[in-house]
Amino acid sequence: MSTKENWPAWEVFTQQKNGAPHEHAGNVHAPDAEMALLNARDVYGRRQEAINIWVVPSVAITASTPEDMGPFFDPGNDKMYRWPNYYKTPEGIKQI
Amino acid sequence: MNTPQIQEDEQTHIDAFNSRISAGQTIEPKDWMPQKYRKQLLRMMSQHAHSEVVGMLPEGNWLTRAPSLMRKAVLLAKIQDEAGHGLYIYSGAETLGTDRAEMIDQLLTGKAKYASIFNYPTLNWADMGAVGWLVDGAAIVNQTALAKCSYGPYSRAMIRICKEENFHSKQGYQIMAHMMRGTKEQQEMAQDAVNRFWWPVLMMFGPSDSDSPNSDDLMKWKVKLYSNDDLRQRFIDRTVPQAEAIGIKIPDDKLKWNPTTRHYEFGEINFDELKSVITGNGPCNKLRMKQRNDAHKNGAWVREAAVAYAEKKAKA
Ligand SMILES: [Fe+2]
Ligand SMILES: [Fe+2]
Repeated sequence: MSTKENWPAWEVFTQQKNGAPHEHAGNVHAPDAEMALLNARDVYGRRQEAINIWVVPSVAITASTPEDMGPFFDPGNDKMYRWPNYYKTPEGIKQI
Repeated sequence: MNTPQIQEDEQTHIDAFNSRISAGQTIEPKDWMPQKYRKQLLRMMSQHAHSEVVGMLPEGNWLTRAPSLMRKAVLLAKIQDEAGHGLYIYSGAETLGTDRAEMIDQLLTGKAKYASIFNYPTLNWADMGAVGWLVDGAAIVNQTALAKCSYGPYSRAMIRICKEENFHSKQGYQIMAHMMRGTKEQQEMAQDAVNRFWWPVLMMFGPSDSDSPNSDDLMKWKVKLYSNDDLRQRFIDRTVPQAEAIGIKIPDDKLKWNPTTRHYEFGEINFDELKSVITGNGPCNKLRMKQRNDAHKNGAWVREAAVAYAEKKAKA
């Protein structure tokens, strides 16, 4: 038997409480999704950290790269008019 | 090939990397990093992960002989946490480009190192108290510092671990406190455990700063934020009052509070012993390797069954 068996990795996302978004918690290795879910519960949910868990094959994730950082996010960087505080309201107006 | 252009590109990367480090930013897996940074981190993280895994063995020794069902449940929960710690750090280390199976193979074949402390035997129940209180206490001091380290995956693993580690040290301290309120024999057992573990625990922080070959780079890169000696002092300063509070005597004649420096002074550490344990000659090095290999072999059927089950389900 080879000692070097490596099961696929699964990224684990946990929802901490009702209504909260799922957040990335870490990953586990498992031969299939069902066992990944069980492992994720044992590793990332032993202290009531989760009421719901997603597991996603790590290879299924497409991520932006650090080299992209500048150009990729550029379109969002120079449009200050997307923030409400870009707009001046006339004096005396308390609520808008 | 080493044309001027490539050298120039390399220098741009190094400058960018250094300025991110000095700005206190974290480095993430896909970021450019110097080969040496990657190598040192991989060495540190895999050794740390192996330590969590091997660390389960001395405590596993007492699982079947815990003095009550409650103590047994607590010890089991602690050991399970340590398995989780190993897992968090292995998965952090995998982001540096070596997979977990490879690292585990290096541990099983004796090529990798792990914390020297786990090469000492756990001879009586009080050792479960001493290990939790002192070994995990030392780990907390180390890991709290590492939680601020420059490599994102390592830092995040440490933050997660630190949250669990307080339980480990508190349950150990409680065992000690309980025994120190017990019979004379129980008090002697507790004291004996501390007598055996105190100095090896101080060695956990590594060689003295004057003799720590990798420290300069690691501190420059903010992988380590404090030196071995600083962390050791921090551990001693917080642990001595805890010992006094329950009537444990620290086995060091030179231990003395210095009101000017506001630190404890302490006796000389036998770093030759540390060297000898690290290089394989501690009391339990061979036993730990055998136990770890046996555990891996004996667990093989579980892993095989898991794969068979997944394959069967995929066909259905
Ligand atoms: Fe741990
Ligand atoms: Fe621990």
